[in-house]
Amino acid sequence: MRLLFREALLSFRRAPVLSGLSITTIAFSLFTIGLFGLVAINLQRALEGLEERVEIVAFIMRGTPAESIAQASQDIAAFPEVQDVGYVSEEQALARARRELVEFRDAYRDLQVNPLPPSLELRLRPGFRDAAHVGAVAERLRGFSFIEDVRYGREWIQRLDHLRNLTGVLGLVIGLVFATVAMVIIGVTIRLTLLQRAREIHIMRLVGATNWFIRGPFLLEGALKGILGGLLAVALCYGGFLVFRRSAESFNGLLFFEPWQAAVIIGFGMLMGLGGSLLSVGRHLRRMGGRADRRAS
Amino acid sequence: MIRLSHVHKTFPNGAVALRDVSFHVARGEFVFLTGHSGAGKSTLLKLLYAEQRPSSGEVRVSGHVVSALKGDQIARLRRRLGIIFQDFRLLEDRTAAENVAFALEVTGARKDAIAARASRVLAQVGLASKSRAYPRELSGGEQQRVAMARALVNDPAILLADEPTGNLDERATRGVFQLLRDINAGGTVVVMATHDLDLVRQTEYRTIEMREGAVVYDSADEAPAPGPQ
Repeated sequence: MRLLFREALLSFRRAPVLSGLSITTIAFSLFTIGLFGLVAINLQRALEGLEERVEIVAFIMRGTPAESIAQASQDIAAFPEVQDVGYVSEEQALARARRELVEFRDAYRDLQVNPLPPSLELRLRPGFRDAAHVGAVAERLRGFSFIEDVRYGREWIQRLDHLRNLTGVLGLVIGLVFATVAMVIIGVTIRLTLLQRAREIHIMRLVGATNWFIRGPFLLEGALKGILGGLLAVALCYGGFLVFRRSAESFNGLLFFEPWQAAVIIGFGMLMGLGGSLLSVGRHLRRMGGRADRRAS
Repeated sequence: MIRLSHVHKTFPNGAVALRDVSFHVARGEFVFLTGHSGAGKSTLLKLLYAEQRPSSGEVRVSGHVVSALKGDQIARLRRRLGIIFQDFRLLEDRTAAENVAFALEVTGARKDAIAARASRVLAQVGLASKSRAYPRELSGGEQQRVAMARALVNDPAILLADEPTGNLDERATRGVFQLLRDINAGGTVVVMATHDLDLVRQTEYRTIEMREGAVVYDSADEAPAPGPQ
């Protein structure tokens, strides 16, 4: 075990520039994935907050009998998407308008006739707050004969949906491209180390080292580089997070990764390092074996 | 200990390295493999330590069919063999003792046992005082002795030597050869490829002569075999 670590660490000393390059590449690829992850996490949270406020307002024709409204309220409350239904009378609507719309307080005070219709206010259950469900519920409400108009923030709901999907897909695509580049670079740096140490590996084979014994230090080297790259990426993400939070104070309560999410990033770095070196070493050992058999003495 | 039966070896480029080679080496023997460069001596040794596989025929070493061994089985076979080369194949960035210890480390031997065994074997080859020297600080003969110490450190049953004196002056050659004889006297089979006929004539050891990939003479048969035509 000590030998394994000694050999793995030795390669950092032998090729510091190459090692630094692979660590930096892993770090940047994970940094990119991490940044998109942070945006997605915070967007998700913002959406959850906004979605709680997603309301559908159905305006009721004046003169509709109270029993009809009560019956309809019950029917609507039974929709699977609906969390609750509230009735807002004409008087309540006016009182609310006077309270909330300060600019128009005078205008509302002088009114002889209440211009505001009564309405039903619906809130949907979590999971049904996306544009498609909101639209479907609104359509069903329009089917009631006494409902004059249905309002909901259709556009911004759709935009939020799009933004969330786009962030997820973009983060994943760019992250995967960077991850592939990082793995190739790790593979190349390990391959350069392998070529540098080809003679040593040849001698190891001759004195009876198993393939796993030869692979061990290289795999450990790759995994260590991956872990270091992952740590660096989390640190970079945290730096970026701090800078953004300072420059944009209006964004309150921005979230950073939970410890387990940071661990996933570092673990992903380790897998990248391990994968890159496994491919590289495996190919090299197969070639060495094959070449020996093809070479004329 | 070693048995070859109708072994052929042809490389992918069509070059024929070995033609119908058959012989048997018994426990405790010392065998010279002689012949010009390209006669097939090195290829034959490579078949014995599983660096190459025969195109047809069977190679048995210590009871194992070498061509049937895979991966770790090859590694385990090599631990029971000692192999030395004309170019020594030492690691330049390690001392003599570390080069010897290296062969034990790869087998997973215990750390305390490694140092003791490495220094004992270095003493056996007469290099106890130079255990901390790097290969570049040693003469050719001394480097070959380090390589021999490395080959011996796992107590091999068979020692394969590919032109071990090819790069050495006469005095160093005599020293290395004497060491090989001592090793053989201890019961280890030695198969030594060489084109140094003076060395071969000094002793009564069995000699197998190769030409163009075929065995043309085996002193054990006491009669020359027909050459390839």
